[in-house]
Amino acid sequence: MAVRSRPILTPQTQQTSYRASWQTHMRRVFIFAFLLLTATLMVAPFVWMLLTAVKPDNEVFALNWLPSRVQWSNFQAAWEAAPFERFYINSVFVATAATAAEVFVGLLSAYAFARIRVPGRNVIFFFVLATLMIPVDVTIIPNYVTLSRIGWIDTYWALIIPPASNAFGTFLLRQHIFSLPEELFDAAKIDGANHWHMLMRIVLPLSLPILATLSLLGFIGKWNSYLWPLLVTNSENMRTLPIGLKYLVDQEGFANVNLIMAATTFVVIPVIILFLLTQRQFISGITRGAVRGGA
Amino acid sequence: MLAQKKKSINRKRLSLLREYGTFALFVLPNLVLFGMFVFYPIGHAAYLSLTRSSLYATRRFVGIDNYLWLFTSRISDFWEVMRNTVIFATGTVTAQIALALLFAMLLSAPIWGRVFFRTAIFLPYVTTTAAVAYVWVFVLDSDFGILNAGLTALVQGTGYTLMAITSGVGLAVPNWMESLAIAPPDMPNWLGGRGRWALPAIMLVQVWKTVGFATVIYLAGLSSLDSELQEAARIDGANEWQVFRFVTFPLLSPVTFFLAVTGFIAGIQTFDIPAVMTQGGPLNATTTYVYYLFELAFENNRAGRASALAMVFFVLILLITWLQLSFAKRWVHTAAKEV
Repeated sequence: MAVRSRPILTPQTQQTSYRASWQTHMRRVFIFAFLLLTATLMVAPFVWMLLTAVKPDNEVFALNWLPSRVQWSNFQAAWEAAPFERFYINSVFVATAATAAEVFVGLLSAYAFARIRVPGRNVIFFFVLATLMIPVDVTIIPNYVTLSRIGWIDTYWALIIPPASNAFGTFLLRQHIFSLPEELFDAAKIDGANHWHMLMRIVLPLSLPILATLSLLGFIGKWNSYLWPLLVTNSENMRTLPIGLKYLVDQEGFANVNLIMAATTFVVIPVIILFLLTQRQFISGITRGAVRGGA
Repeated sequence: MLAQKKKSINRKRLSLLREYGTFALFVLPNLVLFGMFVFYPIGHAAYLSLTRSSLYATRRFVGIDNYLWLFTSRISDFWEVMRNTVIFATGTVTAQIALALLFAMLLSAPIWGRVFFRTAIFLPYVTTTAAVAYVWVFVLDSDFGILNAGLTALVQGTGYTLMAITSGVGLAVPNWMESLAIAPPDMPNWLGGRGRWALPAIMLVQVWKTVGFATVIYLAGLSSLDSELQEAARIDGANEWQVFRFVTFPLLSPVTFFLAVTGFIAGIQTFDIPAVMTQGGPLNATTTYVYYLFELAFENNRAGRASALAMVFFVLILLITWLQLSFAKRWVHTAAKEV
């Protein structure tokens, strides 16, 4: 991971002739222009979303991108068209609680799989890994039936507990704990530490970066989740942001484009900001998972 | 002597027992969750698939009727849904890999603003699918959408440029150039009409959403490659294309394989995009597998039939995973340590 990327398209054996350097230069200009065009196209939908969110009502079906004047009140109107305050509270609470549960439960079992040497632990770990192959779509119907039997439909429990099982995090944390030096644990053992102490005093402090990465991935994943919250919430008070947006659009129709785009901005902006602030960690997290999980 | 030995064995047993106790306490929360919400539901779904059930009540055992209904009934959309899903998954994964490879190769050149470009390409991947899909509904609108406006402008611009060039070199301007410029052809009615363009339209959104992920994975793969082989090929006189075709691309094959499998599985699981943008329409043109499952179970309240659909899905995913594991050894060029 730490290896710096080498330029692939430029010759390593630099020729100093004028012609070669001119060619290299032109190639770079061409690549730059192409990437600029690509980047523009990729972010264009977001730019259009923001510009449309502040358009006056009579311009929403006009093809011009820029509004003739900025109508900030659209955000207020969207905020009042549905209980977005409540949706925000729900989204933040559910994503935080589910992520915390997921990471804690994952760390606890990862420690056991890596450090408590009892016969049979690998068989159990194999079952945990096997769940990676089981798509959630196979389990949604019986899970819905189970939750409606125990009365969890339309409660926070339904939004937090079932999504908290997490094989991926357990797997990554187990690998990480394996990589910690044995001497640390030996020293702690001599001091009479039990497993709980070793988890809290050795593993936890040394796992903060990976725990932060997993929390970040978990939080964004939960924030963006759609199908499950759509199924298990009924009342307006329980909706998370994406579900609240869906019902707002269903109720308002597609005519109030600026209102809908203002509401869409509410949902999308927090993850965009969070990602921009933590980009490096986020990307290292997904590549780590991919490269370990692949091949 | 003997008593002492016995005592130490007992102590050993006791400590092993204690270790087991701690182990159980530590793994139990995770295992209970998996048991309740992953393993038990598979059995439950298998059972439901053999009954005539709604979401709230199981009526009676019907054997394999639900499966027969799925595969043979005239009102079952199973085969159409399979077709849509396979086209969606193969099409998006192919486009995603091709574009991501291109982007990653370009981004690994020493270009000014690389980090900015990478961020822009990756950004759609982190955003809420069910929200940005609404943006795309408007972008793709056949009358007011900016996509068709852009395409029309592009066609007209090409027409005018061609006209200028041909008349500039002193040739007669053919009619088709004039009609391109003055009366450009109608652009696709992406999400409407009889649904001819609806599947390509939602595939476009999926590619836009996921190409950044594949690009970043390729970049990680590229940066961990040993550049000695590429230099050796250059010294042997290979041009840049040959270095890519015969050295870099084969070395990246584990990454490509990983992206192909995960991208395909993500493709067949797509739900948010059709749910928000088309609700499976027009005329089932965009009903994908999981959307059909949702429709059967939660809109038609046919939990039995939907469970049969879920079980078929389960088997399909297992099949793909098995193929992946057995192909990985033969197909992939280099050992895993390259990645």
